[in-house]
Amino acid sequence: MRGPVLDEDLLAGVRDVSPLMLGIVPFALVAGIAAVDAGLGLAEAVGMSVVVFAGASQLAALELLGESAPLAVVVGTAAVINLRMLMYSASIAPHFADYGRRLRAGLAYLLTDQAYALSVAEFDENPDRSRWRYYLGAAASLWIVWQIGTVAGVVLGANVPDVLGLTFAVPLVFLALLVPAMKDRPTTVAGGVGGAVAVVATGLPLNLGLLVGALCGIAAGLATEVTAS
Amino acid sequence: MTGGLEGLVASPRAWVAILAIGAITYGIRFSFIHLFGQIDGVPTRLQRPLRYVPPAVLAALVLPELVSLRPTVAATLLDERLVAGLVAGAVAWRTEDVFATIASGMLTLWLFRFVVFA
Repeated sequence: MRGPVLDEDLLAGVRDVSPLMLGIVPFALVAGIAAVDAGLGLAEAVGMSVVVFAGASQLAALELLGESAPLAVVVGTAAVINLRMLMYSASIAPHFADYGRRLRAGLAYLLTDQAYALSVAEFDENPDRSRWRYYLGAAASLWIVWQIGTVAGVVLGANVPDVLGLTFAVPLVFLALLVPAMKDRPTTVAGGVGGAVAVVATGLPLNLGLLVGALCGIAAGLATEVTAS
Repeated sequence: MTGGLEGLVASPRAWVAILAIGAITYGIRFSFIHLFGQIDGVPTRLQRPLRYVPPAVLAALVLPELVSLRPTVAATLLDERLVAGLVAGAVAWRTEDVFATIASGMLTLWLFRFVVFA
């Protein structure tokens, strides 16, 4: 058997993810507020946070729902935004390959930007970690805070002051994960090109800029690696 | 405030969207975690590009939130979000501390919003 769940590796995941909550809490609040603005009730807001559990796609879908956009556009836009997780899935899959199907199915549900980035960095640095326990500690903490934050956002609604720009903490979380991921020349080029292309491609329909930027960044990283060797 | 009636009318549409997005998103998440569990490992051709997923995707998520291209270079650079992002990026690079990164970025944003540009 796998042994007790509440062990050192799980707690390490919880500990490492905790500073990220500075950005996750405002993100979740906004998801709740946006649901109210789009005309959704508490059940739909929480339903979305539980069923979808992917912030950027939730915000885009809520905005489009509020504008009464066609359902195909709402679903299509959210799907394109979440396609990046295809890359996360492929990247983290080798670490989970030895686990049973049911455990992998459960771990997959909790896959997010933050849980992915933290976990692959930790697996790289600390190969002795129990991978699923570390990942679960980080990912489940994010899940719990995301649901509580969504409810709080629905309840507080427009009472959260916008001037403080608390949602700016969201990109800062990604930045805190990005900088250590750029650890050599090829990974730095991958980040630089990925970000620059995404900025230029911001206007693309269905939020395709994110995906185009990411793919260009990966290609640039590979090209740099080939030139260097 | 949005009325109860509007909420009720929006409801079935919202639920269809929620369930469809949820199903597609779960399929995306489970895709390779499922596949590579079945076929015993990752094809070697895929291993090299996967190394660049974290920096490329994270940068594509971050930079559009910090930079908006405006007609002039000065207008593009003189943006509180970009300045705050640069400060936070420098702190992240020096300390590799998530809390310090977020705190320095928010403080810089507030400094510009409430003091410099006020």
